[in-house]
Amino acid sequence: MNTPSKWRDLRRFTDARVALGRAGNALPTAAHLDFQEAHARARDAVWSKLDTAKLEEELLLLSLPIQRVTSQAEERRRFLLRPDLGRRLPEGTVLPKAPGSIALVIADGLCASGVQQQAPALLNVLVPALSKAGFTPGPIIIAEQARVALGDDVAEAIEAAAIVVLIGERPGLSATDSMGLYITWAARRGSNDAMRNCISNIRPGGLSADFAAAKALWLLAEARKLGATGVALKDEMPSTYRLT
Amino acid sequence: MAFAQHIGTTRYVFPDLKTLLARATPFRSGDALAGVAAETAEERIAAQRALADLPLAHFLSESVVPYEDDEVTRLIQDSHNKAAFAPIRSLTIGGFRDWLLADAADSATLAALAPGLMPEMVAATSKIMRAADLITVAAKCENVTRFRNTIGLKGRLSIRLQPNHPTDDPRGIAAATLDGLLLGAGDAVIGVNPATDNVEAVLRILDMLDRLRLAYDIPTQSCVLAHVTTTMRAMDMGAPVDLVFQSIGGTEGVNRSFGVDLALLAEAHEQALSLKRGSLGQNVMYFETGQGSALSADAHHGVDQQTLEARAYAVARRFSPLLVNSVVGFIGPEYLFDGKQILRAGLEDHFCGKLLGLPMGVDVCYTNHAEADQDDMDALLTCLAAAGVTYVMGVPGADDVMLAYQSTSFHDGLYARAALGKRPAPEFEDWLNRMGIGSTTDAIPARLSPALIGLA
Repeated sequence: MNTPSKWRDLRRFTDARVALGRAGNALPTAAHLDFQEAHARARDAVWSKLDTAKLEEELLLLSLPIQRVTSQAEERRRFLLRPDLGRRLPEGTVLPKAPGSIALVIADGLCASGVQQQAPALLNVLVPALSKAGFTPGPIIIAEQARVALGDDVAEAIEAAAIVVLIGERPGLSATDSMGLYITWAARRGSNDAMRNCISNIRPGGLSADFAAAKALWLLAEARKLGATGVALKDEMPSTYRLT
Repeated sequence: MAFAQHIGTTRYVFPDLKTLLARATPFRSGDALAGVAAETAEERIAAQRALADLPLAHFLSESVVPYEDDEVTRLIQDSHNKAAFAPIRSLTIGGFRDWLLADAADSATLAALAPGLMPEMVAATSKIMRAADLITVAAKCENVTRFRNTIGLKGRLSIRLQPNHPTDDPRGIAAATLDGLLLGAGDAVIGVNPATDNVEAVLRILDMLDRLRLAYDIPTQSCVLAHVTTTMRAMDMGAPVDLVFQSIGGTEGVNRSFGVDLALLAEAHEQALSLKRGSLGQNVMYFETGQGSALSADAHHGVDQQTLEARAYAVARRFSPLLVNSVVGFIGPEYLFDGKQILRAGLEDHFCGKLLGLPMGVDVCYTNHAEADQDDMDALLTCLAAAGVTYVMGVPGADDVMLAYQSTSFHDGLYARAALGKRPAPEFEDWLNRMGIGSTTDAIPARLSPALIGLA
């Protein structure tokens, strides 16, 4: 490559929006509209809604009980204003008891479209691997207006050994399809973030579903030995670790 | 002590100072989340009227967080300068608002007053001021600081160049830095938020920024915005640290949640001073703040988020910082829901910081789950430039690819300077001219050849 001497050559070194040009002191029209488009996509992603019927259909082959819930936040605006309500199941919610299981939550979080796109692929590899490793996976809870800690209420109701929460991550201008995965061993209402392990940025262009599923299984296997997740459980998964 | 106010036939009672301040605060989501906001618009104006009648001197005897429980309260009470306070000691909050807006309160008067002001007095006054009032008074303040250039002079607007990169890649950071320099940014600081708080990574960025500054001979300073303890380790290891950064808040509890206290900040301050790296001055600290951090850390003591934010400025001014900025829209819609709330908060934070004597900048910003867009940022930036904001951020194309939020762009900095007739810091302005920066062509001036900073 030649020695950079033009402004546009700087684009080689970073994905940041460098060398955009100028129209006076402003952005040229094309760069301005590129930004507006990225923001429009991110805004729509925040306000997107889970297609629960489609999710259930894509998870059919797993033959696990599936139940839908909505948090106490009830609708999107309230969810954004009251994070505390997004962490709570409505009082009196009844979930099937499955003592000792690894319960799975699909939560919309700040980006329903992200979890919608990434969750089925991940669960379709993780669930069989869990069974093979001697865990009892399921049930699957599809949760709307839900934050990560809603999983604690779910785990308590189910009497699960651990909860795995798949959740849409806050959209940025460059990614609006990202999912996070949180594991909490022995989760109960009041569990805190120091008690969880997190796998972030699961999406095409980020971590693959297969890699994330392998890491989740490794973490759960270690958590079973340790009886805990969170700060006590360091991610030391060997690079050679595979799902099967 | 309780406060009461009649509106028509309804009598509103506020049991203590912190409740009165909270109920008088213009509405924002974070105060509702904390359960301290006024229930109705009428309750709010009742609180504002009662607050307007409250003598400033009352703040000397009632704290919003108990003195025994909180070292920030102790700092505020113990460092209050009674001589500086004397000219206004008989005024009420309402009278003080009028006093500030009058022509007699000029730059010199306000500078002399600053040590006599407590953060809660300033926050209280801001609650009965409109946006135009906040702009008018802040524009009269001139709080000047120095390290390798002069920040905060009247008629000047500086830019923090923020060349973040998702993996801290040195060439990515260098490319974004050069982009910013070519657009006139970087006189406040070239400041990188590292992707990790790993000491080795921080050392690498510090070294790279220092070499870049020397290669282009830029009259500015650099900073890696790592945790203060990480920067102290870096200084121990001989790294070229210009400014020590730390996020701070307005209570002992929120600072503990950030892993700091006043003693630790004092230690870091001494260590940075001992390096003697400033050529024009020795303002060596850089602080960031933001409304809502105390509630987020469950350390708010039932105090409204704007009053707590002003208390963070008391922590900042103890250490004579080069730069302080509120990161106003970063925290999310549960604290500041929309563009209207972000606009108001940004102007309040700037006003309070300036009146307390700080070199106050603002990160004019928002996240994608807030009800805000570029138009809201343009409005806040324009208002702040009119208010004489010390500096704003400069991020390539307004899109921070590491922190995933939108701030002001290098272009926005050019716009604000042009629209309000502001210029860069004088030493930096001379450098821009010397280097031939300002052309709109695609060619990079030879003196700024990318090869000089490892881009080849």
